[in-house]
Amino acid sequence: MRYLTLSEKIGHAANLALLFLMGLAALFPFLHVLAQSLSSHTAIVSDRVSVYPVGWQLEAYKQLLQDGAFYRSFGVAIIRTALGTAINMTLTCLMAYSLSRKHLKGRGLVMNMVIFTMIFNGGMIPTFLLLKQLHLLDTIWSLLLPSAVSAFNLILLKNFFQTIPESLVESARIDGAGHGVILRRLFVPLSLPAMATLTLFYAVMHWNSYFDAVMYINNSNLLPLQVYLRNVIVLDDSNMNLIDYSGATLISPESLKAATIIASVVPMIAIYPFVQHYFAKGVMLGAVKE
Amino acid sequence: MLVKGLEKSFRADWMLYLFLLPGVAYFIIFKYLPMYGIIIAFQDYSPFLGIAGSEFVGLKHFVRFFTDDEFVRVFRNTILISLYKLVFGFPVPILLALMLNEVRIRWFKKTMQTLVYIPHFFSWVIFGGIVIQALSPTGIVNAILHLFGMDPVLFLGHKEYFRSIVVISDILKESGWASIVYLAAIAGVDPTLYEAARMDGAKKWREIWHITLPGIRNTIIILLILRLGSVLELGVQQVFMLYNPLVYDVGDIIDTYVYRVGLTEQKYSFATAVGLFQSVVGLILIYISNGLSKRFGGGGLW
Repeated sequence: MRYLTLSEKIGHAANLALLFLMGLAALFPFLHVLAQSLSSHTAIVSDRVSVYPVGWQLEAYKQLLQDGAFYRSFGVAIIRTALGTAINMTLTCLMAYSLSRKHLKGRGLVMNMVIFTMIFNGGMIPTFLLLKQLHLLDTIWSLLLPSAVSAFNLILLKNFFQTIPESLVESARIDGAGHGVILRRLFVPLSLPAMATLTLFYAVMHWNSYFDAVMYINNSNLLPLQVYLRNVIVLDDSNMNLIDYSGATLISPESLKAATIIASVVPMIAIYPFVQHYFAKGVMLGAVKE
Repeated sequence: MLVKGLEKSFRADWMLYLFLLPGVAYFIIFKYLPMYGIIIAFQDYSPFLGIAGSEFVGLKHFVRFFTDDEFVRVFRNTILISLYKLVFGFPVPILLALMLNEVRIRWFKKTMQTLVYIPHFFSWVIFGGIVIQALSPTGIVNAILHLFGMDPVLFLGHKEYFRSIVVISDILKESGWASIVYLAAIAGVDPTLYEAARMDGAKKWREIWHITLPGIRNTIIILLILRLGSVLELGVQQVFMLYNPLVYDVGDIIDTYVYRVGLTEQKYSFATAVGLFQSVVGLILIYISNGLSKRFGGGGLW
């Protein structure tokens, strides 16, 4: 490392300090919500809760874990994410493989058709009316099919597939492998970082989407977790008990909202460390230009 | 001749076409059929009569929303929030990437990256929920104000704060993730350039200004184009989570307006017309900014 001038040393220190403050700023609201979920009603209304719990209670989580609607919506979210991501990856892989074969006739046409959907779309109402006509409203399919392939992810994967040497494909063909075998045994294993990244993108999209369910789902048994969460936070709508039989306040509504937020965040935080190291590779995929 | 060629290629590659089939069917049904459905913007659409049976009314709905005060307000809100996000939000990930790039302590860099990336993976319900909790009368922001002897403020119920809250919360949630692309671009800058600069006695600041920034110039331009093309498309998830009738005046954007008018009030044709206007403006903006980018040597999107 070369010699640093004084101003550069100050610059480095200031840089670290500023980043540290930003990290704290990102962490604080989250700790605040966690503290609220564990604090007593009196502590919350008297403004004594900052980033650590005051008047420890677990009642909010108990109430939450006794609520049938919470489990139901959690289940819907898991089914949606698993099934949706499976559909996404299957269709995206199949399509990206074909589009990465340069000799294929009609490839340009399909590519243009895909790219056009990235810059122009039919919009909210025509899509809604289409789902209505297809009788998909109020079914899980209305959450899965309208986002079955992301044009962006498709192009990402197609570009990645194109970096796999043609000679590998040819030798596999000479050995008698069909396209199905080449895709499954050659392309998928060779592009694991890309697969992992796209799976993550799709899964996060499904887990986090809520507006499509707000539009397409009326049946309360089919509402995913995010919508349940929104109803608790924004509409103050839950079946949970805030008041005990004698009329005293058990837990603050703030605690309940906070506990619901924490419970929904936990799955995301739990898988985050396992997928983090794929990000950098995944983003580099986007940098591969034809 | 041509037919024969096609036939031959189809026989050799039928499997590839089979692979394409489900995906192409998806794009046709769920992307192109709704484009056909745009016709109802020029009709008085009734679900009972369908597209074929509804009356054609030309530009009636377009004339109506252009002369409608509410639409003018919604349009202004969309443009303002979008421009604020662009002006204040666009440089943040670039700065963040430059800052992270200078950190030599590995664990510190990793921890900071994790902290700033994570909010991207939270939904707007969760992140919006955290924002709502933090800004509530019993939340941490008011607790801090309280320390300084100030009265609690109902932030999300006040018109003067709403747009700032939308812009700032968006910056907090997405800047970290957006910085990854710039970090990757910085990593791709030719290291010999830095060595040469050091031989010439360049200081850190000059390295950043004369090597790093020009090195990621194309990345910046491309991302800027993408942003300009979607000036009218803020996405519905954030504002729908944060807004409430108290702040409709300043917070209602085209997406939330289309939802309310179209799906809650079921004025299908009118809302489709508004949505079409939004898409067409977006299309024009993308073409313009792509042309501009090519003109200034940034290389276009296509």
